[in-house]
Parts: sequence; structure tokens; C-alpha cells
Amino acid sequence: MAEKPSFQKEVTNLMGVTDGNPIDICIQCGTCSGSCPAVEYMDYSPRQIIALIRADLRDKVLFSDTIWCCSSCYYCTVRCPKNIKITKMMYALKRYCIWKHKHKSGAIGPDFSRKFVKIVVKTGKSYEPGLAPTFMFKYGIRGMIDNMSMGMRLFQKKRMAVIPKKVKRISNFRRILNRIIPVGVEQ
Amino acid sequence: MKYSYFPGCSLETVARSYDVSAKMTAEKLGMELIELDDWNCCGATAYFHIDEILALTLCARNLAMAEKMGLDVVAPCSACYKNMLETNIRLKNDEELREHINLALKEDGLQFGGQGRVLHLVDIFLEDVGLEKIQQLVMNSLKGLRVAPYYGCQILRPKMGRENIEHPDFLENLLSACGAEAIDYPLKTQCCGGSLIITKNSVAIKMVHNLLKCATDKGADLVVTTCPLCQINLECYQKQVNRIYGTRFSVPVFYFTQLLGFALGIPKGDLLIGSEMNSPAPLLTRVVKEA
Repeated sequence: MAEKPSFQKEVTNLMGVTDGNPIDICIQCGTCSGSCPAVEYMDYSPRQIIALIRADLRDKVLFSDTIWCCSSCYYCTVRCPKNIKITKMMYALKRYCIWKHKHKSGAIGPDFSRKFVKIVVKTGKSYEPGLAPTFMFKYGIRGMIDNMSMGMRLFQKKRMAVIPKKVKRISNFRRILNRIIPVGVEQ
Repeated sequence: MKYSYFPGCSLETVARSYDVSAKMTAEKLGMELIELDDWNCCGATAYFHIDEILALTLCARNLAMAEKMGLDVVAPCSACYKNMLETNIRLKNDEELREHINLALKEDGLQFGGQGRVLHLVDIFLEDVGLEKIQQLVMNSLKGLRVAPYYGCQILRPKMGRENIEHPDFLENLLSACGAEAIDYPLKTQCCGGSLIITKNSVAIKMVHNLLKCATDKGADLVVTTCPLCQINLECYQKQVNRIYGTRFSVPVFYFTQLLGFALGIPKGDLLIGSEMNSPAPLLTRVVKEA
């Protein structure tokens, strides 16, 4: 029987077409962690995530908060002395988690991204109110009040659309997406 | 000077003032922004969390449509700009990926040939009009107005051709051309949290707090941005920041096109100044009166 690929190998494959270097050349200098604006909220720093991947500790990585704290600011990527595209690695890990349905319970990120894609596939555009169910009830009553009053104020200032906008050639648009394989989300 | 203008989803709703002020200000300076017909979402960050090639395909459709018009793409949103610029570069360099996506684009009668450029809205003001001309056309000098030049992330990073991404100064130069004083803003290239404001609220609120604190500590009257995500996070969430951190921030956050348009003499209402939660209108009136 063929040998199963290591987690490190899987992550490398998931990083897709990138001109950056593979994570096995990381020197663990920690420039990524030092540049990260969200590091204080992460259970493992970006440097530690790379170390965990290399140690094949798959579940520690997948169930960590780190991946979902990344805001895609690309500071780590532009400063990495070994030219590893760390933000791309975080994207790859997000995809891996979502595909395998493996992530911390209660995380909003995966549901938000799934819903976002469904809305875009349906209309060709994003629609903020349509995303609300993914987070509305996740921040307690205080959070719900905050979100609702924000929605009201934006609506008053004519900054909220009531009806979702749609791409005109929507059937062509969907046919384009259907020609690309694989599709990573249930439709 | 004609461009294929890609507003992006936010500019149709929550960032309408950016859309309106961009068009007004560009027209005033003799540039024509022709909205890309039937454009679709760029994929933001969320689409890349599900499927990378599909996300690139979304951008490629827009690029192919602009190419058909024979025009360069201009995006006012830093996230749209980053996604489309990255797609443009990757598809130009990767023949297999390009062929794969082009096969799909045929369904809408489109092809990506890599002929066009992708620019951020601010680029066309700086490069095609130029600071000198802007300075000459300023009617309402913003003298005495202290502005925090806030760049955020994706207009600069990842590095894709822009030269100085650690210490950029193009916003400072633009502000000076309008007569305003750009304050020294050490956090100017830090992140606003982006969509974490929804998916990891406490993390983003902390980032927003830090940015507002730094701006007010340095004596800024207002913050100027080049991206709808930055504007929304810094402006609309001030109330929440104040509650959580016990602060009293009340800082107007402006799109650069609103400030530039105002300096060029476009009436405030036409730039949708006043659709903010903390309106900068009284501040601007004061500046002009004093001048």
C-alpha cells in the first residue's frame, strides 16, 4: 500500500501555485510572529504553527485559533527572510479545515466563508445582510444589540441595500464556475 | 484618460460615498471612469478560504471584460485591487492556469490575454494627474487640518510592484498638495482587522482601538483611508470600541477622494459628506472659514 502523505506535504500541495518557498526551509526566526498584529490572540504563533506542521501534529494545527485570527494583512509574507508565503499557508489551512470540517466548535470564520461563497455563486456579488445569520447569534445579547443598531444606523444613512444586487449574465457566470474543478463547497 | 472602473460590492452599499466621490473627483481632474459592465465580486478573502482557483476565476472574468474594452482596470477598494492584481500577475506567468481558466471563461464569451494593467484608484490621481496639477487646482486649501494618513494593508502588501511598502509616503504627499498637514502616524501601515470585525470581533476591535488611539494621541482631526473595509472598521465601530475600552473616540474617517474633492471645490453634498456616523462636515467648514 502506498504511504500516506505527511501533513507538511499536504499543506504544501494546498498552497497551490505560489512563487514562494516551501515551509521546510523555515529557520524559525519568528519574524512572522513579531510582525503579526493578531499574535496576542492566537493560541500558537505563526512560527509555532509552522513548527507544528513540520512535527506532523495535524489536529493541534487544525483545531487552533491561529488560522481564524489571521486577517490577511500580509506583514509576515513581506518580511519573511526565507520568502515563505505565510499568508498563503494560512489560506491553505483554512481551506483544509473547511473541506474536512475540522475546526474549533463555535468558530464563525468557516460558516461565514461558506455562506459568502454561496451568496456569490447565487448572485455574482456579495450581500452583507445575507451573511448576518452566520454571526448574529454568536456574540450574545450585547453583540446582537450592537449588530442590529449598526444595521439600523447604516440603513438610515442609506448605506445598506435592501435587495441583493445581481450580475446580469448570471447563468453564464455560473456556467464559468461550473467549468472549474474541483468545486470546494456544496451547492 | 479613460479607465475601466471596478467599484466592487462595498461601494454599492456601505461605501457609497467612496463611489460617488471617486467619480466626481476623477471627472473634475479630467479622467473618465467607465464602470465595467456586469462586473462580479472579486472574491474578497472569504472565497479564497474555500477554493483558490475559483476565486482567481472570479477576478479573471472582470479582467477579461476590461481587456475587451481595451482599458486598464481601476479598483478603489484595496482588497479588490489586491485580488485582481494578483490574478493578473499569476495568470500572465502561469500558462496552464491561464488555459484552464480561459476554457471556463469561454462560457461567457471571454478570454484573458493579460494585456491590461490593474491600478488602485489612488494611483491614477498620483501618476496620471500628478501632485503638481492637483496643487494648482486646489480651491479650498485644507490648511490647518491635521490628517492621519492611513494606508492599511492590501494597497501595499503583498509586495507586487509598489516600491516603498514599509514606509510609503504617497498619501502624505497628496494631503500636502491639498494644503492639509499629514501627521506622523506610526501605525499607518497596520491592519484594521478587515473581516475579522465579524468573524473574530474582539481581535479586530483591539486593532481598531490601537489605530484610533495612535491617531488621536498624535493630534489628528481626522483619518483618511483608501479602502472601504478600513473606513467601516475605523468609523462605524468607534461606539463599540468606546464601550469596551472606556474611551471617547469621535474621529471622522474620510475617503481620500472626499477630502481631495472638497479641496478641489466640489460641494460637500455632492461628495456625500454627511453620510458618516461622525460627520467631518463641521470640521471642514471651520477649516475653510479660517483659511
